[in-house]
Amino acid sequence: MLLAPAFEGAEVTFACTDGGQAERYGLVRFETLDDCNQNEPVKLLRTLWQARRLVRKIAPDVVVSTGAAPGILCLVWARLAGAKTIWIDSIANSEKLSLSGRLAIKFCDSVYTQWEHLACGNRPAYRGSVL
Amino acid sequence: MIFLTLGTQLPFDRLVRTLDDVAGDLAEDVFGQIGRTDLRPANFPVTQFLTPTEFAARMEQARVIVGHAGIGTILTGMRMHKPLVLMARRASLGEHRNDHQSATVAQVRKIAGITIVEDAAQMKAALSRSDIPAMSDHGSTARAAMIDALRSDAGLDWG
Repeated sequence: MLLAPAFEGAEVTFACTDGGQAERYGLVRFETLDDCNQNEPVKLLRTLWQARRLVRKIAPDVVVSTGAAPGILCLVWARLAGAKTIWIDSIANSEKLSLSGRLAIKFCDSVYTQWEHLACGNRPAYRGSVL
Repeated sequence: MIFLTLGTQLPFDRLVRTLDDVAGDLAEDVFGQIGRTDLRPANFPVTQFLTPTEFAARMEQARVIVGHAGIGTILTGMRMHKPLVLMARRASLGEHRNDHQSATVAQVRKIAGITIVEDAAQMKAALSRSDIPAMSDHGSTARAAMIDALRSDAGLDWG
């Protein structure tokens, strides 16, 4: 949400695993999907399916995600649908890029780290941070 | 009050001792949450862990937060608008698995509201300042840069 000013003037849909965020931030266009992680394959598949439905429904021009697993799954479908894909690795990852971030490097248009020392040219790129 | 918080993972006795060295000279109460360690500082009360409610109350009361250079501490300071005095853990002293906190410090020392200290003298100087700046969540140069980059990469720059 700290980066939301970047999308001023665009039609934005927010998607989150926590439905409460819509009310908290007064978000009009909002979708939920179930949380998942690499250790739970059944949930991973379920969210993969939800992500596909979501990307088809919204038909976005650009998909931006700050993680984690549900976000990277949305980016996979977005990429296949021809949308622009941007991954922002969480500020919490100051030691190394997250697993999702390392996957994002393989297929996303832009990948950001928020730590200067983790930048590796443009993949990932350091372009600033929420701090 | 000065609140030392070290999180729940690894102890950081060097920081506890550094604060203990100066706590007696401060005209202010100090309280520490110091994790799993046998160390008991002579000059201020401590507990190993706090419940989330207790932690929030201590944060609220504190004038200054002292901690390690961890991202959790930094985000909490930003959210609570508190001044932070931070020391980086060093892998060579067994304080962490690696030296990522030194890299973190190189970047965060530029942020208003964060003071990096390495020894007791610097700690005392920082904690003696009545005008020590607090962190803010109202944006920063780094955040503005990221928003610009994002806008540009998303194709939202219409000029």
